[in-house]
Amino acid sequence: MAEKGVKLFGLWASPFSLRVEWALKLKEVDYEFMDEDLQNKSQELLHYNPITKKIPVLVHNGKPLAESTVIVEYVDEAWPNGYRIMPQDPFERAQARFWARFAEDKCVPAVFNVSINSGEELKKAIKEAQEVLKTLEKALEGKKFFGGETIGYLDIVAGWMPCWLRMIEEIAEITVVDAETLPLMNAWFDNFLEVEVVKRSLPPKDKLYAFNRARREQFLSGQ
Amino acid sequence: MASDDVKLIGAWASPYVMRPRIALNLKGVEYEFLEEKFGSKSELLLKSNPVYKKIPVLLHGGKPICESLIIVQYIDEAWSGHSILPSDPYHRAVARFWGHYIDDKWFPALTGISRAPTDEAKKEAIEQVFAGLKFLEEVLEKSGAGKPFFGGDTIGYIDIALGSHLGWLRATEKLSGLTYLDESKTPLLVCWAEKFSAHEAVKCAMPETDKLVEFAQMLKAKFSAYIDALSPSITLFSSLNYICSL
Repeated sequence: MAEKGVKLFGLWASPFSLRVEWALKLKEVDYEFMDEDLQNKSQELLHYNPITKKIPVLVHNGKPLAESTVIVEYVDEAWPNGYRIMPQDPFERAQARFWARFAEDKCVPAVFNVSINSGEELKKAIKEAQEVLKTLEKALEGKKFFGGETIGYLDIVAGWMPCWLRMIEEIAEITVVDAETLPLMNAWFDNFLEVEVVKRSLPPKDKLYAFNRARREQFLSGQ
Repeated sequence: MASDDVKLIGAWASPYVMRPRIALNLKGVEYEFLEEKFGSKSELLLKSNPVYKKIPVLLHGGKPICESLIIVQYIDEAWSGHSILPSDPYHRAVARFWGHYIDDKWFPALTGISRAPTDEAKKEAIEQVFAGLKFLEEVLEKSGAGKPFFGGDTIGYIDIALGSHLGWLRATEKLSGLTYLDESKTPLLVCWAEKFSAHEAVKCAMPETDKLVEFAQMLKAKFSAYIDALSPSITLFSSLNYICSL
């Protein structure tokens, strides 16, 4: 029996499956969202991704793909008519991929460290996060979005930060990104959260805050 | 089409530098190889890759492209001729996935062996390396269908991503006495490794195993006090980490 359609295995609270949802929504692709319990992963997920066993996993007409940044590029290529996610020029594409790699390798752990620390460690983590964001800011110079006038690949890959970092700032009562410290990044945060597809797909605020508050507490209490 | 001026900043021993060299060779693109001096970073490198300050860096018409697999994709897109990535979007995504896996999971497991603090941790790291090779053996079997390379009849993206590590893998086998590419475990990969290393586009870029062993021993001697403080066993991968941080 040939499997048809698009399924996305993810987690409602995961920034990584959300970025795939943004890509699918920009392309106006219908998909079924399979919300996973990461403590009790479904047989289907393990069947489709036996290698890393992680979400997100996209299954398109029965064919599975893992690794969110890879999936976003795939969505752009598999539905070539419609919203353009990757730049066309090879050099611009290389730049977008380079900064996406930087955002994953440096910004993800830096923001994670902010979210799990307090006191002196937190101060140190904030400084380090600001440094990597200052570097990433270079890719925004002269532009509203990383993709130019509209959001593109790098916006989608880095786009979890406007939501998650602002939330962590509120929960931990700190400031990491503001108009003084990181003006371009701060403006991009605001602009990104105003994008229609982003606005209507963010997880419910209260639920997400409660989830992340609990997670921070767990880490702080040393669990 | 962009300028013909193509330069590659690199070093002979780096597996990451091998990748764009193979890609350029496959496309038949002439380039100038700018070899970094051991122990220092040139002004050009620092200017071209201010974020990471690492090799390889491709300079095409003066414009820098960094990160080895990103460079390989750029080369595939900027020049026509031999296709490095598959033409079908799904297979292209699968190739990219394995590129990520090799760099983000398999290779760190390999370098993790020598850094493992206990015998138990070391055993686990070794198992991870073999498990990764088993996955790749299955990929070769499925996508190959009797073909010599991951890319089919010709070298493709996964071949380049994995094959670039063969030099150091063989050097490690010599130094540690442990066989990673084992005919009884991954026969297709063993056969593939030979064909890959003998390929026209690869031969000139693949460092000789003995030279790598010599290089690793030289580094160990140079940094032995530092290395011994970290771990009593030969840290070949400290050498490799050093190369990769160039």
